[in-house]
Amino acid sequence: MTLLNVKNLNVILETSEGIARAVRDLNFSLEKGETLGIVGESGCGKSMTALALMGLLPEMGKTTGQIELNGENLLEKSEAEMCKIRGNNLAMIFQEPMTSLNPVHTVGRQIMEPLRLHMGLTKEEARAEAVRLLDRVGIPNPRERIGNYPHQLSGGQRQRVMIAMALSCAPDILIADEPTTALDVTIQDQILELIQALVHEEGMGLILISHDLGVVSENTDSIMVMYGGAAVETGRTDNIFDELVHPYTQGLFAAMPKLGRAREARLVTIPGTVPDLVNLPAGCTFTDRCPLATEICRNTPPPIESIDARHAAA
Amino acid sequence: MTDCSSHVPVLEVTDLVRHYRLPRESLFAKPGHVYALNGVTFQIQRGKSFGIVGESGCGKSTLARNVMALEETDSGSVKILGQEVVGLSFDQLRPLRQHFQMIFQDPYGSLDPHHTVGRIVAEPLAALGAISNAERDRRVAEVLESVGLKTRDVTKYPHEFSGGQRQRIAIARALITHPELIVADEPVSALDVSVQAQVLNLLKDLQVQYGVTYMFISHDLAVVEYLCDEVAVMYLGEIVEKGLTENLFTNPAHPYTRILLDAVPKPGSGKRRERIKLKGNVTGQTERRVGCSFQDRCPMVQDLCRSEKPPLKEVGPDHLAACHFSDKVSAAG
Amino acid sequence: MSDVQSTSFLSRCRRSRSFVVGGLLTGFLLLCAFVSLFWTPGSAYDIIITNRFLPPSSLHWLGTDQFGRDIVSMLMTGTQNSIVVAVVAVSIGLSIGVSLGLLASARRGWTEELIMRFSDFSFAFPAILSAIMLTAIIGPGGVNSILAIGLYNIPVFARLTRGSANAIWAREFVMAARAAGKGRFRITFEHILPNILSIIIVQATILFAIAILAEAALSYLGLGTQPPEPSWGRMLNEAQTLMFLDPMQAIYPGLAIATAVFGLNLLGDGLRDILDPRLSRKR
Repeated sequence: MTLLNVKNLNVILETSEGIARAVRDLNFSLEKGETLGIVGESGCGKSMTALALMGLLPEMGKTTGQIELNGENLLEKSEAEMCKIRGNNLAMIFQEPMTSLNPVHTVGRQIMEPLRLHMGLTKEEARAEAVRLLDRVGIPNPRERIGNYPHQLSGGQRQRVMIAMALSCAPDILIADEPTTALDVTIQDQILELIQALVHEEGMGLILISHDLGVVSENTDSIMVMYGGAAVETGRTDNIFDELVHPYTQGLFAAMPKLGRAREARLVTIPGTVPDLVNLPAGCTFTDRCPLATEICRNTPPPIESIDARHAAA
Repeated sequence: MTDCSSHVPVLEVTDLVRHYRLPRESLFAKPGHVYALNGVTFQIQRGKSFGIVGESGCGKSTLARNVMALEETDSGSVKILGQEVVGLSFDQLRPLRQHFQMIFQDPYGSLDPHHTVGRIVAEPLAALGAISNAERDRRVAEVLESVGLKTRDVTKYPHEFSGGQRQRIAIARALITHPELIVADEPVSALDVSVQAQVLNLLKDLQVQYGVTYMFISHDLAVVEYLCDEVAVMYLGEIVEKGLTENLFTNPAHPYTRILLDAVPKPGSGKRRERIKLKGNVTGQTERRVGCSFQDRCPMVQDLCRSEKPPLKEVGPDHLAACHFSDKVSAAG
Repeated sequence: MSDVQSTSFLSRCRRSRSFVVGGLLTGFLLLCAFVSLFWTPGSAYDIIITNRFLPPSSLHWLGTDQFGRDIVSMLMTGTQNSIVVAVVAVSIGLSIGVSLGLLASARRGWTEELIMRFSDFSFAFPAILSAIMLTAIIGPGGVNSILAIGLYNIPVFARLTRGSANAIWAREFVMAARAAGKGRFRITFEHILPNILSIIIVQATILFAIAILAEAALSYLGLGTQPPEPSWGRMLNEAQTLMFLDPMQAIYPGLAIATAVFGLNLLGDGLRDILDPRLSRKR
């Protein structure tokens, strides 16, 4: 059975300026032990997708469609049931570990809390488990570190603590929203490797959200490129970079300075900025910035075409 | 000052040292220090772009603030167009500031939300004093146009612009005095990829148009490679490797540079390339160690590295590296 | 990017509901105070014992007190006293406190230490107690209670100003201004003050309300406005003994104080919104 199956996911946000369609008609699925990368620029809807999966959308947000986890539709669950699912089946790590950790509690206490709450461990058991988890995510001297406050740890170590917390309840799916954006490249390397190893060993599904094509390319099995709230290109990671089909993906790739490329070649830019989600154009959302745009793009939303079995573009 | 002969470097930094004193932990404890800069030396020639690369905590932003004379320097010298700026008072520096300007990282924090764009962009002129309103408006319009904004944007407030456009405003502000040197501290790292490319191209174009010299600070090696003629890699307040961009990136002579280059994820290169991995975090800036600054994390560390500090020595034409075993590192590539 | 033109100050004012309501309430009180200089419906001073405890009528809109004075007239004249005390007291605190705070934040070092230790020192004395002490030394009366309340406001403003100014000094745009060659004095007026003004204004309206209350408290203790001058605090004080005989006597001045405080707080909230250019966008 497919671990996660998302069908026609739509998220709308009721903002003061009108209704913003943050996520439109998203379809994807995820198997155990598989990694899906979601790439896109800010405002493309990738974080909203993650929050919708977690059932953590802000008050003004509404979700329609289907999110099936182990065959059960999460959108039909009550808040209490979602709470349980969040503790046991779904876990999320965020971009900025400093703000996701409570500065006035020790990291040990913050790891132990959900263990005692969700798994009913005693204080000693929870403590032992917390030490094991910290050791697992590669924090040296976990026995001493458990008494540290978040500000006493470095950025990379804080992210490791976040991962330990996410792991504490052995989730089926780990959602990592820009987990390494705030970190240095060498630390990013370590953290991504750790996440990879854990996903492999635990057989979790991983959804890795990033703006960095490089990060996603090296760490995923399949990729979904999002633009203006919708998926514009999806496919197996190996195939997608062989032949970029959607002009946005091509533009994104060309706009990125790449190591080892000579300086003479000027970066190709995508003109303009991301579309306003409140007043989306009738046709393709990329029309205004697309070098290939014609009249038909302006008026009719493009259908999704399968390039081959493992690669599709809109 | 602008007409000095062209062989005088635009910026000459010699043995720059900056140590911050930490607040005492208790009344009787000795105050600790953060050794942010431990003797940094480099020069930038006119019209060139000099990149400074390093991870957080390597002292690159401290270097920017010291070059911009925004804080006290402990020792060493910073010469801009041959003129010493270390030790000058704030008032003495004011007339010189038109020659060196700065672009900041955060396009949201570096513009005063209560000022209009026109006022923000004209700020460096206002500090020079004695300039007519008509002249000021003319220069604001000119500089806004050259960064791709509209003249009628002057009455708007920063919040009405996107991140990329705000960074254009910040660039316009740095350009308005026609400076010789612009210090750019991570100017594109807060921007999306497509917008980042626009801003990088703009910076390149402006260099051609105005002949400005850049000191460009970034953690992103690809960005530095794209924009800079020369690069210095910093680690714990020291330059560990310096050279022309093409030499340094194709043939790194310091293990840290090699690891940094390897750590950058590359799109389309498939899963998990083979590479040297780096253990541990950036070790403390608060302790002074004997020997090489990179010894704690270096995969090829030897006893010599723990006892003797490697000097920054020539490893090729215009290529310096501070490693006892730079031949081995180069050979490995 | 929004292509809506920056709207004018006035139209922004009109759109802020709390500013409008607060402004109307405050304006009404100011009007009462102003009118009472020339005209009151009855007399706030004349004691006519035969008229005591008259119920509301066309002659005495809210009735009379135990000495036969017209309550509406007393409230109107009392507005004068309360507002004068509050305005002057807050102005003293505002001008001295904000200047000290800005100075501390701009100079840092020992200047900051000195100013902050001084303000800590004055914080150690409870406001009302020190006001009582002061009036006990220099004697009771309107002016002295102004001084007492005003002095108490100085450290409040100094602290708030320094704290918020320090946060602004750490921002990048201040660094940019320094890189442009602007001195600390200039940066203080061009960047720091505009960015903390909204916080100061909100605090000022709150302290304004507190000052009215403090004046009422001092008068209630017999240390503020002296008889026969009416003030809201003194009216409350006198009504206290009649609480069960004629409770309305206490409710009227109480309502007046509540109205003033409420109106000023709304006004402050509204002003804060209006002064923020980010809120000038379409809403």
